[in-house]
Amino acid sequence: MRSICFYFQVHQPYRLKPYRFFDIGDDHYYWDDFLNRSVIRKIAQKCYLPMNSLLLDLIHQYPGQFKVTFSFSGTFMDQLEAYAPDVLESFQRLVKTGQVELLSETYGHALAALKSKDEFSSMVDQHREKIQALFDGYTPKVFRNTELIYSDQIGAMVADMGYKGILTEGAKHVLGWKSPNYVYHNSIKPDLKVLLKNFRLSDDIAFRFSNKTWEDYPLTTDKFINWINAIPKSEQVLNLFMDYETFGEHQWAETGIFEFMKALPRAVFNKTDFGFATPSEIIDQVSAISPIHVPTPISWADEERDLTAWLGNDLQDEAFDRLYDLENMVKKTNDQDLLRDWNYLQTSDHFYYMCTKFFSDGDIHSYFSPYDTPYDAFINYMNVLSDFVLRVKEKLKEPVIA
Amino acid sequence: MRVLMFGWEFPPHISGGLGTACYGLVKGLAHHNQDIIFVVPKLWGDEEPLARFVNASDVAIDYKERKFKKIWKNLTYLEVSSFLVPYLGPEEYKKFTDYAIHDRADVDDSIFSPKYQFSGKYGKNLMEEVSRYALTGAQIARDRDDFDIIHAHDWLSFPAGIAAKEISGKPLVAHVHATEFDRSGKSVNQPVYDIERAGMEAADHVLAVSQLTKNTIVTKYGIPEEKVSVLHNAVLDASIIKSKYDKKVPEKIVTFLGRITFQKGPEYFVEAAKKVLDRDPNVRFVMAGSGDLLNRMIDRVAELRIASKFHFTGFLKGDDVDHMYAISDVYVMPSVSEPFGISPLEAVRHNTPVIISKQSGVAEVLVNAIKIDFWDIDSMADSIFALLHYNGISRMFKEMGSQELKKLKWEHVAAKLVTVYEKTISARP
Repeated sequence: MRSICFYFQVHQPYRLKPYRFFDIGDDHYYWDDFLNRSVIRKIAQKCYLPMNSLLLDLIHQYPGQFKVTFSFSGTFMDQLEAYAPDVLESFQRLVKTGQVELLSETYGHALAALKSKDEFSSMVDQHREKIQALFDGYTPKVFRNTELIYSDQIGAMVADMGYKGILTEGAKHVLGWKSPNYVYHNSIKPDLKVLLKNFRLSDDIAFRFSNKTWEDYPLTTDKFINWINAIPKSEQVLNLFMDYETFGEHQWAETGIFEFMKALPRAVFNKTDFGFATPSEIIDQVSAISPIHVPTPISWADEERDLTAWLGNDLQDEAFDRLYDLENMVKKTNDQDLLRDWNYLQTSDHFYYMCTKFFSDGDIHSYFSPYDTPYDAFINYMNVLSDFVLRVKEKLKEPVIA
Repeated sequence: MRVLMFGWEFPPHISGGLGTACYGLVKGLAHHNQDIIFVVPKLWGDEEPLARFVNASDVAIDYKERKFKKIWKNLTYLEVSSFLVPYLGPEEYKKFTDYAIHDRADVDDSIFSPKYQFSGKYGKNLMEEVSRYALTGAQIARDRDDFDIIHAHDWLSFPAGIAAKEISGKPLVAHVHATEFDRSGKSVNQPVYDIERAGMEAADHVLAVSQLTKNTIVTKYGIPEEKVSVLHNAVLDASIIKSKYDKKVPEKIVTFLGRITFQKGPEYFVEAAKKVLDRDPNVRFVMAGSGDLLNRMIDRVAELRIASKFHFTGFLKGDDVDHMYAISDVYVMPSVSEPFGISPLEAVRHNTPVIISKQSGVAEVLVNAIKIDFWDIDSMADSIFALLHYNGISRMFKEMGSQELKKLKWEHVAAKLVTVYEKTISARP
């Protein structure tokens, strides 16, 4: 039987509060608690709670058959503990059914893979420990990097850390004529299998579902099933990867997204030769067809599917380089508060807010940004970073108490 | 001396530097017991009683007066167009241009009613208000005879001054706080230039806030040199401010404070910062203010990779301005063109050594400051470095600067102004 693999990314950053120049050296708390809490609570009501209960019903309806996969960022899990224990509990119930797989990622939803192998693997370890602590010792076996960022090098690094598989984007410029609906393997370490997002069918749900100017609007279950059936018989897997907030937040309940998802499994079982599987099941059962060559990093963001949403303009590069200049110093402090802030400051969203690609993807960027302009985002971040540097330097000056 | 003075705003309700300068001048004249009738488009009632205030909004125009016809005819060419506003903050400027571009309304009917409610701002009906203000000037000059000379501040009140002179036959002094060349650089707004020039030509004498401004008046407006006197601004309070603010960062702070526009030369400050930081990383640079070049400056700072030591505060108000001066170790004003520029004097009051461009009027009065050409970033960087590291000069500047401030009093300015009045009156045939 062929497999559909649903993977949902669940991430929320710790957003910074408005932090002024005058606060540098004076105020050492950077996070906008009110905003962060309101965002979590709002999305909990619109998405996490209703969608979790919908998925739990489907799992009960199709025991052993309907499966989904989540990846939670560490910053998301921390915020659940602080602001939404009810949501955490409902995720724990889902994981307990055994029909839900969890993935590994970096704790801070960071871009560390591009900069520092040490920091990257330390963040992955922290994340694994957090998952184990919250989900009854659950240990993830498959990796997904921040924003599905992947390259041959990153894959090799992940393989060295003991993972059997990794998820990434089925980017057009990487695949060319090839199909994302096969299992591939890393070109340096053949043992690492690579699952590629089918971006057309994924984005039909995630982005186009409620778009009235789209020629296929409205998207019905029947229509989607027809597209699934049109996949050539030799192609084994259909990877539908998307943000979890698609359900109820990006696509509001009024669009019918919940009804669509509720009806989809029955239609898949009755009208197609597909079932549902998780990444580790696919990796165990399906052999890789060929290596996939990704010499420069790809991601799942924007039309370009590259890194330009987070890095590349002067604002982003300056902030990113200044942040990682601190790595050794921060680690030397071994101070819990500093390490936590260091972790949260690495979250990719901070760099996303500084993106100046107004014209092609500006809409989606501004939707996600708490700032009016990328310049505001940059100024605020640099002010915070300046205070953080002072604290790190101060800490290193203190005599070590044995 | 009895003076009929036309201004545009008066503290506490001001949106720019013009009101502050008028306040200082009136206060100085009051010190010398001069009798001032001060006309503003709109009075709020809480102005300090330094003069006999006249609220132009309360003046009823007698349209039957034939003499007014000619004045009105001369004014009808004035039309609302953009870029004609002095001393305007970036937010107001945006509102104003938005109006001018998208929502241009023709002259309101109420302009022909006996009374007219002025906004007294630099707002959407500015040209209309300027015209109406001229009619008010004529009416006031016809109604009263208790003045010897007319004094009009900047182009906004020049038409009123001209009208008052025509009706009363009394001499007119035109006071130039800024020219259209300072405000707009090369893209001069023609109607504003025309009003400025008409005002200066109609005036019996012209006052410029600096030698720099006088040069502009002579070369760009064709006014004879002997007709223009320089009357520098002063400070209201020369006392040294003991600040309650402490600096929270270990590094020294170098500050630029002002609108981030071409006129203020922010890019030279950024380039100089880079040069200083290459030599000494223990310095923080702050650019306080907002304006159309802000984003470009942020881009440049990021491109130069100095953003962890170069900060932007956005627009500062009230207490925050004091705070900024107080924690600064060096204040830099690299203006490309600044008729006067009062902010370095404020910095001196906070005991902060200053670096000012030679292209500013304030450079003519402040001796104990480092003066550089705005474009000379090497020299700017050198001076910043010197003031930060060689305590001798900064200590000297602090001591001498506060001494110097005491000489910059509005009383002295007013005394000089009175002699200008006297000369102007006696020069009349």
